[in-house]
Amino acid sequence: MADMREPIESGCPDPWQYMHPMMRKNFGQWKYHDHPRPGVLLHVAYSGDKIWTVKAGTQRILDVFTLRKLCDIGDEFAEGYVHFTLRSNIEYMVTDEAKVQPLIDALEGSGFIVGGTQNSVAMISHTQGWLHCDIPGTDASGVVKSMMDELIDEFRNANMPNRVHITTSCCQINCGGQGDIAINVQHTKPPKINHDLVANVCERPSVVARCPVAAIRPAMVNGKPSLEVDERKCICCGACYPPCPPMQINDAEHSKLAIWVGGNHSNARGKPTFQKLVAAGIPNNPPRWPEATAIVKRILKAYKEGARDWERVNEWIERIGWPRFFEEVELPFTKYHIDTWRGARASFNSSSYIRF
Amino acid sequence: MAIEKHSTPMLDQLETGPWPSFISGIKRLRDEHPEPRINAMTNDLLGQLEHSYETRKGYWKGGTVSVFGYGGGIIPRFSEVGKAFPKSKEFHTLRVQPPAGNHYSTGMLRQLADSWEKWGSGLVTFHGQTGNIMFIGTDTQNTQHFFDEINEYGWDLGGAGPCVRTAMSCVGAARCEMSCTNELKAHRALVNNFVDDVHRPALPYKFKFKVSGCANDCQNAIERSDFAVLGTWRDDMKVDQAEVKNYIADKGRQYYIDNVITRCPTQALSLTDDNALVVNNRDCVRCMHCLNVMPKALHPGDDKGVTILIGGKRTLKIGDLMGTVVVPFKKLETEEDYGSMVELAETIIDFWAENGLEHERCGEMIERIGLANFLDGIGIEPDPNMLSHPRQSSYVRLDGWDEAAEAWFERQAEAGK
Repeated sequence: MADMREPIESGCPDPWQYMHPMMRKNFGQWKYHDHPRPGVLLHVAYSGDKIWTVKAGTQRILDVFTLRKLCDIGDEFAEGYVHFTLRSNIEYMVTDEAKVQPLIDALEGSGFIVGGTQNSVAMISHTQGWLHCDIPGTDASGVVKSMMDELIDEFRNANMPNRVHITTSCCQINCGGQGDIAINVQHTKPPKINHDLVANVCERPSVVARCPVAAIRPAMVNGKPSLEVDERKCICCGACYPPCPPMQINDAEHSKLAIWVGGNHSNARGKPTFQKLVAAGIPNNPPRWPEATAIVKRILKAYKEGARDWERVNEWIERIGWPRFFEEVELPFTKYHIDTWRGARASFNSSSYIRF
Repeated sequence: MAIEKHSTPMLDQLETGPWPSFISGIKRLRDEHPEPRINAMTNDLLGQLEHSYETRKGYWKGGTVSVFGYGGGIIPRFSEVGKAFPKSKEFHTLRVQPPAGNHYSTGMLRQLADSWEKWGSGLVTFHGQTGNIMFIGTDTQNTQHFFDEINEYGWDLGGAGPCVRTAMSCVGAARCEMSCTNELKAHRALVNNFVDDVHRPALPYKFKFKVSGCANDCQNAIERSDFAVLGTWRDDMKVDQAEVKNYIADKGRQYYIDNVITRCPTQALSLTDDNALVVNNRDCVRCMHCLNVMPKALHPGDDKGVTILIGGKRTLKIGDLMGTVVVPFKKLETEEDYGSMVELAETIIDFWAENGLEHERCGEMIERIGLANFLDGIGIEPDPNMLSHPRQSSYVRLDGWDEAAEAWFERQAEAGK
């Protein structure tokens, strides 16, 4: 212990030292922005100063070679400063318009994808999946790579009615979050319990408390203290699995993918919204997950053709109505689309508003 | 010494197609990195990942790994198939707090890359869903070495477990005309007041701060943080009528009627016959839409501040919750303003630490005890801005009505209303 070093509890570093000088100079003094072309933003300050931002998508899981390549490009074209967006895109800032095209060429030439601005399909925000998570039902980076291969033109070209945020989550805890389109794991069978291990591995009371539907109770199984699940109550959410790994929820066959639409965290034009279930039972099919991607593409196509300028996915559906949405994307409507959770009543139609 | 490379036919398929491939990157570390430890570690990582793809199962288990003096900030990973893939059998992630707003110099990124390849796998993500830099893949011993090295030049671990987590803020005032507050300052004032609660998990569950400079909420604060700070203003928005006319000359009157006037959620806008934009600011809710469509013509007002919403979270356990308005408007200019915001965060965390159940997020506690009790507990008076509409259920005791009504009129008089 004597040679242990005390940590310096410095917390969140001051970004001022890492910020592009033009951004420091005009901090809080920006007047407006423009969108000269997809992947490029122009911000103009009250002082008249201008800064161009070039945004690029990457593989997100960066190896040090790729990270250094991104730094090389930043040194050569962007004065040695970068900014990362919420969705793990990298942004380079330049103060000379003549540098914009060479910077784009350098990024594209190195295999990065310039785009992701304004009304494009943004980079998919995602979780860790089989690469690093302890409870994943599927992979994350692989799903995203496969989907972005197919959606690359929508990322590169800003020609959607409004921006489209896509997210993925590899379990039902949904770290990936809310999106215009969200692709999440949905387990369909209760956990398989290894009763020999539960007593030694799990803090049983906290596992019981974790269940959102009170379906777990203590039990003696094979003479050992364990847990049992009332399978009629169980909603297969997998909440018991992280604190109790012997309650295996992941299943190669029965852990499926589901697709949700209409999550929107902006307040523009309407209050933020949560996503709604539209498709489930989609096979978890590595390495390319073609079935999930096909549905996402159908939804995007219908949205692109049917939505008005500035309408996000949720606003488009709100206008045309859910019956027509299901018709346009050729998805089945089932009893599973009817909410059963607390507050469900608020989602029922208590009016004479009917769509034909 | 040449390593025996695992065959990865499924992962190889993720090297085709135009989007950059993370598999190609990991293979480069395996094949080209001068450090044999990294070659072997990434080879076994690919082997285990291929095994996951074949069997459609994950094989990492959690555990307990920390650095000296801290109880969190590391995501420990031990392989369940470590016998087959021994070189990556320990593959922990260090969560490191980014600078507020995610700004970096390339020099600093290179320094971090140098340290990471010395002690880790060479894989890193900017950033994870909580907002941390994720240094993915090192063993228990090197976790400490890597932390010691980067901690010396200004980097600290973020949160993992039931603690205050790494915060997030948008690019904001650094490069956005919509910014209504100093996001970076708010971010650091909040999270750096709680370093002890970040590093030593002792709360009911996680607690997140996120700061967005305006109602566009690019940081997803309302839906994803326990304490969401959103920039706003309370005087009149600024209108440059000449620029309004320029926009209309460019795209036509019809476009702006259809995309601005009729899209206002509170019908606060109209267009005169000579193309002047009329704004009824008493009806405006600062949703940002018209500013988004006409950024040259419309700007936030001068009397800026923040709205604070409490209790947003993801699904586990009672379902997704949005944050609820607890502070409709607060000035955030003087050091006292920042101090009182931090005090509010302390009050809320203290109340929740005292009253929250194990593994219960702040928003879930509010759901359980009721918003009125929560407000009472943190000493904030009720305000109609906290609700979409007043109660619908008549099942309530109203014995204290007269006193509450009296108090309301007193508060209104104090506020000069």
